[in-house]
Amino acid sequence: MNRFAELLDRLAYEPGRNNKLRLLTGYFREVGDPDRGYALAALTGALSFKHAKPALIRDLIASRTDEVLFGLSYDYVGDLSETVALMWPKAELAAHNNPPPPTLTEVVTTLRTLGKTELPKQLERWLDELDETGRWALLKLVTGALRIGISARLAKTAAAAVGDKDPHEVELIWPGLSPPYLDLFAWLEGRGDKPVNRDPAPFRPVMLAHAIEDSDFAALDPADYIAEWKWDGIRVQAVAGRDERGHITARLYSRTGEDITGSFPDLVPSLRLPGAIDGELLILREGRVQSFNVLQQRLNRKVVSPKLIKEFPIHLRAYDLLGDDENDLRELPFAERREHLERFIGKLGDPRIDLSPTVSFGSWEALTAARADPASAGAGEDADAVEGVMLKRCDAPYLPGRPKGQWWKWKRDPHIIDAVLMYAQRGHGKRSSYYSDYTFGVWTAGEGGDELVPVGKAYFGFTDEELLQIDRFVRRNTTEKFGPVRHVVHEPEQGLVLEVAFEGLQRSPRHKSGVAMRFPRISRLRWDKPPKEADRLETLERMLKAEPAEIDV
Amino acid sequence: MITHGHSDHARPGHGAVLATQETLDMMRLRYGENFAGSTQAIRYGEEIRLGDVKVKFHPAGHVLGSAQIAVTCKDICIVASGDYKDAPDPTCTPFELVPCDVFITEATFGLPVFRHGDAADEVKKLLASVALFPERAHLVGAYSLGKAQRVIKLLRQAGYDAPIYLHGAMEKITEYYQSRGIELGELRPVKGVKKAALAGTITLAPPSATSDLWTRRFPDPVTAFASGWMRVRARARQRGVELPLVISDHADWDGLTATIGATGAGGIWVTHGQEDALVHWCRSKGLKAQPLDLVGYGDEEESETPIQSEAEA
Repeated sequence: MNRFAELLDRLAYEPGRNNKLRLLTGYFREVGDPDRGYALAALTGALSFKHAKPALIRDLIASRTDEVLFGLSYDYVGDLSETVALMWPKAELAAHNNPPPPTLTEVVTTLRTLGKTELPKQLERWLDELDETGRWALLKLVTGALRIGISARLAKTAAAAVGDKDPHEVELIWPGLSPPYLDLFAWLEGRGDKPVNRDPAPFRPVMLAHAIEDSDFAALDPADYIAEWKWDGIRVQAVAGRDERGHITARLYSRTGEDITGSFPDLVPSLRLPGAIDGELLILREGRVQSFNVLQQRLNRKVVSPKLIKEFPIHLRAYDLLGDDENDLRELPFAERREHLERFIGKLGDPRIDLSPTVSFGSWEALTAARADPASAGAGEDADAVEGVMLKRCDAPYLPGRPKGQWWKWKRDPHIIDAVLMYAQRGHGKRSSYYSDYTFGVWTAGEGGDELVPVGKAYFGFTDEELLQIDRFVRRNTTEKFGPVRHVVHEPEQGLVLEVAFEGLQRSPRHKSGVAMRFPRISRLRWDKPPKEADRLETLERMLKAEPAEIDV
Repeated sequence: MITHGHSDHARPGHGAVLATQETLDMMRLRYGENFAGSTQAIRYGEEIRLGDVKVKFHPAGHVLGSAQIAVTCKDICIVASGDYKDAPDPTCTPFELVPCDVFITEATFGLPVFRHGDAADEVKKLLASVALFPERAHLVGAYSLGKAQRVIKLLRQAGYDAPIYLHGAMEKITEYYQSRGIELGELRPVKGVKKAALAGTITLAPPSATSDLWTRRFPDPVTAFASGWMRVRARARQRGVELPLVISDHADWDGLTATIGATGAGGIWVTHGQEDALVHWCRSKGLKAQPLDLVGYGDEEESETPIQSEAEA
């Protein structure tokens, strides 16, 4: 447990993805079975036991320490698990007996079978046996709040690296595996065969597109491509298959392979034909696709209430078919898969699942026109939910990852405004010596004339050279400092204008300006423009009117 | 009477200063020749009479030359601890327990969440990270007086014998430690060293420099910070520290409470830090305790001399 705790501790501080991977892979190599398997389970959220409530932890510490001292400490540290881990006074008896600290395996397997009434005593024993970091990790684990910035995908990628395997391979067999993954590690270390995925509805690694640049078109022949709308929803894979007894199992996966079926139970009954659909998750109301803002309100919900399901009816728009019953279609050219898909959707005949239409075009000029005006190019009333067009080679097989020259995405032009830099904050990790997080504002009428109101924050979009320039500007034009935040000069005649690109706007009562941007980034530095010529809030409000209003649930 | 050379305890401009030779030397290094009207050096254990009052300096184990000051008049003895630690430190004389009637204790880490553990284990953590990331530079933030030299010495004791690099702001004081017979191995100024040559090396710098422009001369630096504050995660994260090293020159909670008990003092005055919790603890043990609020004396970290000129260079 202490070694696992040490790993979590280090990961919690490490900002870089590659360095996190190194730490994880190092751990999987160094630590044996079954501990590393349970660690992998903990990191991928595959452990299942009833979590302890914070009240139980409070009771435990109250029985060991002075209430005032605990209060002052908790106040200072700000995190219950950490406070308890740090101030836990070991029992006298434990100090003498010195029992070895529990292994991660011991903790996980005990927790799985432990009755509720036995939990406090067991936790107390472990807290006595572990060191500070061990106690911290134990409490995070039992309360189900690891939160150390590691995705399941990253943990699997690190495990794959143990055997120099492609993470996709691990992803493919993952649904058939269970903790402590002895067979997985045996295969990764060359001691065993590759585990077989017996899952009736497995995830297939997704194929992704490259962003197309203007210069790419010259080398492409329109006749080689099929175009379709790029819908502004969530890319998913909907898979149904028969288990050994012939019953249908249906699952919905995110593009990273995360099982998100639980969040969309209303779609499951529609997945009754064995097959694997690549598509976009959308909200449809009276046949009309709603904006991403609306869809967003169905995401990351702990409880999916009947009311939520009713007011946010889920819909799957199909792009591609990867498997039809027992047949793997991924080797077929896209044009043929598209025919399979059309037949499949027709056979299914379900109002919740439809086909994403293709966009016909004879030349790049025609496609350019369609992209500029999707409403009159077939998207009709759903045009607002079109994010751009996708170009897929007719002869492209379905390849995992982002293969070159097969699929292209051509997004609609982003919205652009000129805003004024107001505050700058230091970045993290590699950027910790740079002011790289920027809050920017636009003009609005205030009591004493025009004033700037913050409308967003951005921390990318600029080149390394531009970052140096902005950093220098921030350091030379700071008017006040609040901790890590610098107040940068922003007067009508003095300041830095940033051209900000963004994908959409949302009303937001949480922001003073009343608006929130989607995916804002710095697209250009306008050294040439005095701040007084930057945009006004009214411009953003006009854009908002085009977006549907937010609906309360 | 000055307990030790940190700037939140030793200030220039006094008429007459009584301190250990090391403390006087450090004040001279930091503030120049004329830092006081007159100075007088005192050895540990030496007694000086000032009228009816006897004064004695005892090792505090905090940094080189640090002292607790015992003042006795008739049959009452008051000990001012200054900053102290009861943990081993190869760069200074170990803490000596001085029985007294009134003990004025510091309380920098006066909360039961502060328990420092073995500094050697923290240095192992640093070395493990250097082994794991040989292409990155390791930048260790450490107070330039005391902590930096202790970390270097601990690295040497752990068997690390490669050159250790220093930020310009710690060169003088480190040389002073060496001149007092503390072996620190090969040390090099980091200034002027090529970026690529710093891969796999360890550099010590004042804490404020580790998040500054100055860090850009290092290849993908891992930022470490050696301080008792690193025990608390939020504190480490706030500073953008990636490798917190819990190495403190102050007594931790267990050290404070054990020392207070062992002095046998019936009156405890608590200052410099988290007074509330320690006063509460004393009272719960039947000791008379009160916070001693000193205005204008704070964290030594905040009073580190600015290093802007070096940083911009």
